[in-house]
Amino acid sequence: MPHIALPEGLAGITAGFAFRPETAKPMRELAHILLHEANSLTPGERELIATYVSSQNDCYFCQTSHGAAAACHLGSSEIVKQVKTDFESAPVSPKLKALLAIAGKVQQSGKNVTSTDIDRARRLGATEMEIHDTVLIAAAFCMFNRYVDGLGTWQPRDETMYAQMGKHLAEEGYRKRPAEQPEPEYYRTAREAADKELAVETK
Amino acid sequence: MAYISLPEGLPGIRGLMAFRPETARPMNDFIETLLHGPHTLTPGERELIGTYVSYLNDCYYCQTCHGYIAAACLNGDEELVKRVKADFQHADISEKLKALLVIAGKVQKSGKSVTAEDVAQARAAEASDLEIHDTVLISAAFCMFNRYVDGLGTWQPRDEAMYRERGKRIARDGYVFISQEYLPAETVAK
Repeated sequence: MPHIALPEGLAGITAGFAFRPETAKPMRELAHILLHEANSLTPGERELIATYVSSQNDCYFCQTSHGAAAACHLGSSEIVKQVKTDFESAPVSPKLKALLAIAGKVQQSGKNVTSTDIDRARRLGATEMEIHDTVLIAAAFCMFNRYVDGLGTWQPRDETMYAQMGKHLAEEGYRKRPAEQPEPEYYRTAREAADKELAVETK
Repeated sequence: MAYISLPEGLPGIRGLMAFRPETARPMNDFIETLLHGPHTLTPGERELIGTYVSYLNDCYYCQTCHGYIAAACLNGDEELVKRVKADFQHADISEKLKALLVIAGKVQKSGKSVTAEDVAQARAAEASDLEIHDTVLISAAFCMFNRYVDGLGTWQPRDEAMYRERGKRIARDGYVFISQEYLPAETVAK
């Protein structure tokens, strides 16, 4: 049972997003830029970083949905599993391994990242932007994971649902609400009331 | 020395935001809504939650910056901010805020640490669902901001007067407005 009255039938973060669309919008936007927009790291690599951090934070919803998105980009769910269990021996590039090591440090604490970690990534070809985005993706998932688990959201054990979600995320990114999730009635009423109030205030 | 080449003279998150304005824009919109926008929790209460979580994460820049924003929102009461960090259960704040700080402290460790009892306690002290939601999200957000600021080894000058001055301005003008100082104009425009 969620800790607060979240709209029913919405899993994980989508319930928090529907409950509070004002904060959902910039959060979606941040995820879209970090994971989906053009970048010298592929979307698959970035989803692997997100999945790895979510698995370190033990967040079922995030590691499963982003794991599915990663698998969709990479055409293999086996790599995703290997990265979660032992990325140093997974079939990914040495550069990505060095970035995953940084992400793992950030997951514990920002202060755990050392210049040795950064030097290793740089030596293996990581750019400043890639190092920056790795730290921010790891930090952002420390937020998303806590948000999803801290509200006690509904996280169904339903592989098909996550596979569909992963495909949607891989193809469309994070800016849009998936079409199969209509705006809940209770939320529409609340949003319209809030809009009216805002219109009065700004007059 | 920061781990990547950041623009000079911009401490903490400001250097990072100037380095990557694309991600800075939604982060500023986000923090503006969470901490500065209209809400049943006052900006001072919300800044105290952000300060407390940053203190638990041992992020000097964020706890000092937000501590002074909180103080500016609370009639300049810097002692109260210190008290909340050291021992909020004995600070002069509402029972509701104490219950919310308990939840924020749990979220700082892990989202899974929050219990039904913690939430029931907050409800008994008249916290609304939206207030509980935003407390969880503020705490989670600072677990991001703190890691971002420390994870890239940003410059965090020990200059209380600078943070105090800036705290007053952010309390007055908000995050999006202040970000115009270090972000290109087209990034700030909504």
